[in-house]
Amino acid sequence: MLINEFRARPEIDLVQMDDRELQFNLSDLSSDLDVVLNRSVSTSRAINAIRLFECMGVRCLNSHQASSTCSDKLLTSAVLQERGLPQPEVRVAFSEDAALSAMEKMGFPVVLKPAVGSWGRLLSKINDLDAARAILEHKRVLGTYQHAIIYIQKYIEKKGRDLRVIVVGDDCVAASYRTSEHWITNAARGGVSEKCEITSEIRDVALAASRAVAADMAGVDLFESDGEYLVNEINDTMEFKGCCAATGIDVPGRIVDLVVSRAAEIACA
Amino acid sequence: MSASANLECPICGGEVTLGGDTLQGELIECSDCGTELEVTSIKPFAVAEAPQEEEDWGE
Repeated sequence: MLINEFRARPEIDLVQMDDRELQFNLSDLSSDLDVVLNRSVSTSRAINAIRLFECMGVRCLNSHQASSTCSDKLLTSAVLQERGLPQPEVRVAFSEDAALSAMEKMGFPVVLKPAVGSWGRLLSKINDLDAARAILEHKRVLGTYQHAIIYIQKYIEKKGRDLRVIVVGDDCVAASYRTSEHWITNAARGGVSEKCEITSEIRDVALAASRAVAADMAGVDLFESDGEYLVNEINDTMEFKGCCAATGIDVPGRIVDLVVSRAAEIACA
Repeated sequence: MSASANLECPICGGEVTLGGDTLQGELIECSDCGTELEVTSIKPFAVAEAPQEEEDWGE
């Protein structure tokens, strides 16, 4: 969708880069690119490549700062807390004993999430202490080093749905409900998207969340809880196919508009 | 736009059809064996088994 939108605009010279083929020579960092739009599925490759493109003076959407924060749930939660934005209760621990103690203090059920991860993978809803011990042991034995950073979120009863709000620049352009019979509602896990009217409350919290992580564009995931919206996650390379289909909004068109406007800002500088 | 082409699935040998508007890097599924394939070239058309999803993949 996005590639076709770029191709429909003859004034744009689109260069598609496969991050598996990129090479950087740090003693010779130069580029004739105006803007890099990150659409890589590999978070690690993308974050490192973006940092090096920024070394070359290339404007990246999103920036290394925004991408680094969004790709790590712990960093995202820290920024949301600093900005006083609403989010589910979060506790963090670095050992099994500390994590078990944190969960007991929080109260079950809780959700254990990998700090870096996406598409709803490796999320565990934990209903009691026995299950917590078993999951933490599995993480210790089978997980990578990253799993030693234990991110615990209070389980929110969200009535089978959450919201995906697409922010592009300073605009909240589209929003959809993602509904599922499963407690994980990600579209990548079979959640069904339906149009959501963007109220002033939704707009305010989504824009504030996007600004908090310094994102040029973001997919902000919200939970509805007791009449307020909680920020669950902020995605820096958000997918939007389901949201476009549900809302009829031309999200790719808005993204390309933003890329063009950022390139124009550079030309004027 | 190129003409469409029929290729052989590198996994099961089944027929894989690529439309003329296929993009390099696009992911398709073999209708015979269900393997996810990556379009590695469009001039000429070529496909290979797509990379397996890794832990850091996502939005």
